[in-house]
Amino acid sequence: MAMKLHEYQAKGVFADAGIPTPDSQLASDVDGAVAAAEEIGYPVAIKAQVQVGGRGKAGGIKLVDDADEAREAADAILGMDLKGYHVGSVLVEGAVDFTDELYVGITMDRGEGKPVAMVSTKGGVDIEEVAEEDPDAIAKEHIDPSFGMHPYQARKAVYDAGVDESVARDVSSVLTTLYQLWDDRDGADAEINPLMVTADDEVIAADAVMNIDEDALFRQPELAEMEAEAASTGDELEQKADEYGFDYVRLEGNTGIIGNGAGLVMTTLDLVDYYGGEPANFLDVGGGAKADRIANALDMVFSDDNVESVVFNIFGGITRGDEVAKGINEALEQFDEIPKPVVVRLAGTNWEEGMEILNEDLVTVEQTLEDAVQRAVEYAAEVSE
Amino acid sequence: MSVLVDDDTRVVVQGITGGEGKFHAEQMMEYGTNVVAGAVPGKGGQEAAGVPVYDTVQQAVDAEDADTSVIFVPPAFAGDAIFEALDADLDLAVAITEGIPTQDMARVNKRLSETDTRLIGPNCPGLITPGEAKLGILPGNIFSEGNVGLVSRSGTLTYQVVDNLTNRGIGQTTAIGIGGDPIIGTSFIDALELFENDDETDAIVMCGEIGGEDEEQAAAYIDEHVDTPVAGFIAGRTAPPGKRMGHAGAIVSGSGTGTAESKISALNDAGVPVGDTPEEVADHIEAFLG
Repeated sequence: MAMKLHEYQAKGVFADAGIPTPDSQLASDVDGAVAAAEEIGYPVAIKAQVQVGGRGKAGGIKLVDDADEAREAADAILGMDLKGYHVGSVLVEGAVDFTDELYVGITMDRGEGKPVAMVSTKGGVDIEEVAEEDPDAIAKEHIDPSFGMHPYQARKAVYDAGVDESVARDVSSVLTTLYQLWDDRDGADAEINPLMVTADDEVIAADAVMNIDEDALFRQPELAEMEAEAASTGDELEQKADEYGFDYVRLEGNTGIIGNGAGLVMTTLDLVDYYGGEPANFLDVGGGAKADRIANALDMVFSDDNVESVVFNIFGGITRGDEVAKGINEALEQFDEIPKPVVVRLAGTNWEEGMEILNEDLVTVEQTLEDAVQRAVEYAAEVSE
Repeated sequence: MSVLVDDDTRVVVQGITGGEGKFHAEQMMEYGTNVVAGAVPGKGGQEAAGVPVYDTVQQAVDAEDADTSVIFVPPAFAGDAIFEALDADLDLAVAITEGIPTQDMARVNKRLSETDTRLIGPNCPGLITPGEAKLGILPGNIFSEGNVGLVSRSGTLTYQVVDNLTNRGIGQTTAIGIGGDPIIGTSFIDALELFENDDETDAIVMCGEIGGEDEEQAAAYIDEHVDTPVAGFIAGRTAPPGKRMGHAGAIVSGSGTGTAESKISALNDAGVPVGDTPEEVADHIEAFLG
């Protein structure tokens, strides 16, 4: 999973590495935004700092020419809900007078198992759309990670993309720096879209995307600190899941789901849907969960007000049934009344020991996955009737 | 017959002195796996799980004729551990570790292409030939000997489907968990090829999930090269785009690639029926076997 930096954080990282970026300041209130605009000089762009694509179309980026417009734009953008994310700050940035918009990016090509550098002269629009409609417009160069990007590869991608000779050297240099950043910082994706070209042939990174491999944060302490900042705008329950260290995704339905192992939890979601219910969440307790973790998982799912029933499906390999049963008992015995019906299905390692421990007064037990899911869906349906 | 592992396999466990490494080394031996050594830097000369521990994999190879490694090394050091296994020229390395940085795996992947060693995983449960040996963390008791090969990206989903099969008296030749990461050693196609060439395997189960294009590529391969009947299952039909479902590799991208729909229709086009439930997968396999 990738940890997404905010635009202002990514730009800071890019600028430190020598990639040209426009003058900009971060502001978290309207007065601060106007002051920043005055200092930078008009026109400026006021840009919502949320980690979602398509901010412009959603009204999260506005170009302004004077203080009144700046105030109006900052007031509208700060505090807005942008695709489910609360906008807590804006980046105020000097507008760039450009003649061309390019795209440069580095990502991991999972099919090839190697990094790929990409360059296109069709910058400024959603690159995934370009990839679909006009794949030849994106020049790609796969990189051997044991050597890194050779200088000729950067030039090759730039020339193959048809970048104008007048800026080819500078764009190659930006691409080289971007790969080095991606490599040094354990990037998942590093992107500049658009990389603007000015009338006097300068190149400037007008946007910046930097996603970091979460599995590598242990060796990227500086970026791990940025994550704490970046994560502050998400869903409350997803934040709580982060604290517990669960893989959790909140969905819209009312049947809560807890299980072990991503594939089996996904399958449980699919079965809830198949039997006519609606999954409330994806929650993977991971491998080898002990009793306290199991109790935390139940606490998580009960915290979602939409949840009307819970299906707890554990097929133990590394996870042991006795620990699971202990955790379920622990979590449920603290209630005078169980908040929502819980259906449990235990299989695999130590499931018999688990069944002996499990307090069956507190839960409904089913033997198969299919039966457990159907029962939970029925419970949820009874409540919503 | 079976693929990749049998009771002659000589196993070195990397990370055998850690909690998981020791527990599962013992479990593997209890199942009948021929674990001959452990390898842990700084622990050479000790004993763990009843076998001698060496400082390096190469020492374990030289002293105990190990030909296969199972890796239980923490994620920060697991990439290095896989390199060590590759450089010791083993036949097979099985990486159980979850959470290895992707860039480490890209470097491993490059080295892998230059060696004859086969890598299974990482982030996988390992593999098992029922009645003979298991390499990894799969619960041996749910498997049974038989003629169905199984390959899966997910550990616990493998157990679920095996349970559905075993409960009907349908046993397995070998079950392989290839792992849920974006970059893995052995792919669906590699595993399908092994089963296709195995005389004992009469039917194959392939369990995929959302994300990437491996299932689509496997479908094309089945269409061209596989005569053994295959039944499929795809997890993640209800996953919303842009949300990773646990596995690092299980994500439907914003542009709609990696969806369950695309995988199911590719498999169907290749003549592979895809079950809506694990039970339905067992139905298809039962029908194949007559």
